Amino acid sequence: MDTAYLTLHAIHKRFGAFTALDDIDLSIQKGEFVCFLGPSGCGKTTLLRIVAGLETQTSGSIVQGGRDISVLPPADRDYGIMFQSYALFPNLTVAKNVSYGLVNRKQGRAYIDARVDELLKLVGLPGSGSKFPAQMSGGQQQRIALARALATSPGLLLLDEPLSALDATVRVHLRNEIRELQRKLGVTTIMVTHDQEEALSVADRIVVMNHGVIEQVGTPMQVYREPASPFVADFVGKVNRLHAVAEGDHWFRCGDKRLQCLPGAGADFRPGAKVALYLRPEDRVVGAVHERDPLRCQGTVRHVEFLGGNCLAAVEVDGLGGQRMQVQYSLNQMDEFHVHEGARVSFALRADRLRVFPAAVGA
Amino acid sequence: MSPMAAAVRAAPLKQRVHWTDRLGNLGLLGILLLLGVGLVAPLVLILSKALDAPGGSATSGLGAFAAYLASPALLTSLWHSVWVSLLTTAIVVPLAFTFAYALTRSCMPGKSMLRTLMLLPLLAPSLLSAISLIYWFGNQGVAKELWLALGFTSIYGAPGIVLAECFAVFPHVLMILVTALSLADARLYEAADALGTSTTRKFFTITLPGAKYGLISAALVCFTLVITDFGIPKVVGGNFNVLATDVFKLVIGQQDFQRGAVVALLLLLPAVLTFGIDWLVQRKQTATLTARAVPLVPKPARGFDAAMLTYCLMIVGLVLAMFGMAVFASFAKMWPYNLAPSLNHYISGLVDAELGDALINSVKLAASTAVIGTVVVFVGAYLLEKTRGFDGLRPVVRLMAMLPMAVPGLVLGLGYIFFFNAKANPLNVMYQTLPLMVLCTVVHFYTTGHLTMVTALKALDAEFEAVSASLKVPLYKTFWRVTLPICLPVLLDVSRYFFINAMTTISAVVFLYSPDTKLASVAILNLDEAGDTGPAAAMAVLIAATSAVVTLLYMVVGRLVDRRTQAWRAPAR
Repeated sequence: MDTAYLTLHAIHKRFGAFTALDDIDLSIQKGEFVCFLGPSGCGKTTLLRIVAGLETQTSGSIVQGGRDISVLPPADRDYGIMFQSYALFPNLTVAKNVSYGLVNRKQGRAYIDARVDELLKLVGLPGSGSKFPAQMSGGQQQRIALARALATSPGLLLLDEPLSALDATVRVHLRNEIRELQRKLGVTTIMVTHDQEEALSVADRIVVMNHGVIEQVGTPMQVYREPASPFVADFVGKVNRLHAVAEGDHWFRCGDKRLQCLPGAGADFRPGAKVALYLRPEDRVVGAVHERDPLRCQGTVRHVEFLGGNCLAAVEVDGLGGQRMQVQYSLNQMDEFHVHEGARVSFALRADRLRVFPAAVGA
Repeated sequence: MSPMAAAVRAAPLKQRVHWTDRLGNLGLLGILLLLGVGLVAPLVLILSKALDAPGGSATSGLGAFAAYLASPALLTSLWHSVWVSLLTTAIVVPLAFTFAYALTRSCMPGKSMLRTLMLLPLLAPSLLSAISLIYWFGNQGVAKELWLALGFTSIYGAPGIVLAECFAVFPHVLMILVTALSLADARLYEAADALGTSTTRKFFTITLPGAKYGLISAALVCFTLVITDFGIPKVVGGNFNVLATDVFKLVIGQQDFQRGAVVALLLLLPAVLTFGIDWLVQRKQTATLTARAVPLVPKPARGFDAAMLTYCLMIVGLVLAMFGMAVFASFAKMWPYNLAPSLNHYISGLVDAELGDALINSVKLAASTAVIGTVVVFVGAYLLEKTRGFDGLRPVVRLMAMLPMAVPGLVLGLGYIFFFNAKANPLNVMYQTLPLMVLCTVVHFYTTGHLTMVTALKALDAEFEAVSASLKVPLYKTFWRVTLPICLPVLLDVSRYFFINAMTTISAVVFLYSPDTKLASVAILNLDEAGDTGPAAAMAVLIAATSAVVTLLYMVVGRLVDRRTQAWRAPAR
């Protein structure tokens, strides 16, 4: 099934003694929207710059559309790129910025003008061709940068943290627009971001990276629901970590509770192994929980974090050896179940959502 | 595991080089070659000459070197140079700091006018102040009695040098301090006010520490300028020997190249030292002012503003008196007996002494330097900052671009004699020609131009080149359409800097001219030496006038350029 449009094979990148990327393998399908997600310094930007040819990998190969581009200079590759800083030419008008790559292709004046109009319409800024970049807002400038990157109809669109410099509301708005546009044009896209919410909302697939290696590649749902490593579970979304001991056959003892996870939720640990159970704050059942339900927890609310429509209650759960859990309540549930600091609450854990990893050494 | 291990051992991949990058690398090699020939080779030759065994003597080169270093004549000059430079620095830095403080932290009226007047002396060769001093306090000076009443025996000697140097270096020091003091964060002062801090305490805890690096830098520049200057000691030094005049006497007077080279090395020492310290200081400074700082806007305070204005008017008055005296004297018919205005000195200088050619040569040199220097510096800075490849070479070129700042003109000029006058050097056809003087002047003033350009280029988005490559637009096209137009105003500034400095410089070119390529600034020295102080003053005034006219021209061109290419900077929303 080698139908991948872009294939990275065994990419290594070293800066002196520092290994920035270690053995990266990845294939991306045509038309896919892929996000490189990770904390700063994880190598995601380096990987994007290697795809763009702005950096050269120490070893490894890159094949794009059946062509080996491993050692081609940027100008000989086929992509459009957009940077966090926009990198619009400040002394050229918007129209000249957008047509910058077209003029060089010896196209007719009329064709270029029509194409610029079309692109400006596409990014929602028709008629702004005669303005200078400095006359526009950050969000508008980034749209112009997008139009410029798309002008030459590249096979690959590279977005390097394109939304990080923008205000929160503009950011959400623009990321949806970029996603919509990408669907419409069907252009294969890689976006680098450190914002997990951004990645979850726009990507077809997310590549979670840390310390120069890929931790997980998967759909947003997979990455969120079935994190492949403790790092992914911690980095994407909020998560509770509970110390537990394996008892075999997917059973784990946590304090005086016994929980069984689904067969695919972690390796089969030998009895007695120390493990960490990962459970998201929303993976609980609140309300009428049967008194005899073995997954029923009771505890005291120690702290409430108000997040708007939802709240996170830090609950000291009885029988878990003093371990606290964050439990999510909607604002309405807060009233319904009288959740406030010092209150007693009860809920049931959703053991089917548990993820189990070996306890970190020394933790 | 094994393929991975193999990959680790294999040589890192190299990207295929695009032909535009190749072009860039070639250009970088060109810059390297230029600085190698115009800077490094001459300096290396000075070193080797200093260690040469003197002809026919049995002592080793190193022995002769050490013996000369210990000679009383040299030690005396060294001591003179050092204390004169220190004294000048001690006088100028506080005076200039107060002036800069008035310009940046008070609300006195006429700031830009005062500032412009203070920078006027930059338009003339530094020794103009020495000539003026002679007219004021010399043997036939108008205020000779005052000078004697102050307890000095004569203007010639150390007092004259210090006084003239004070005027000559004041504008340089002022510029650095104004820059340092205008970089202030208003939030610090607001925080201090909120805590009820006294004005004096604010000055000592915020202002002074904030300007610390500027002060250090200003003091170092002042010291270096004075110790390496030789025009002023030559004119008013009398029998008071300093290192700079020693080099000149040894090389031009006695043709003793070896000893000349030894003294030149000594002169290189403080300059390299200050350069090193300055470099360290600059590196620390970068973090002190963040982009979030709020610029400080001074508040009016009647008493303080009036005091500052009085002080500035006093200083400006002194500078104008100094500057004006040379102008006045150059038009005086027969100093000091007949002060009626006449063009006698101009006629005797330009026509009788046939120095009209010298002025034309100077303008030729200045214009060529302004054009070639700007192009070379800009291309060099651009290739360093914005192209890829040749990673091993870049730090070398960077260092070589910084080096000229540490090399006094006198030392550079001497190196040029050794290198370009050598019989074995195929480049010796250039010796004593205008092109060689252009090369020398470009190299001499390279660093300031280079730093200005680098700052301007660094302010551009680092990704322009990456975007262009992704759009398949060749590097040179983006250079032409984007980088160059944005940088044009800076280019003009650098070009003006080259022009003015080429017009007024003496130190390096004094070793390089022939009768055919004599320069106006050098002619002043010769006229003064021959006792023709009047024509010397006239020549200095002509240089200043030329510089002034050219500066005005640059301003006009600057306006036009701004209108044509910088419309995007002040956008009407």
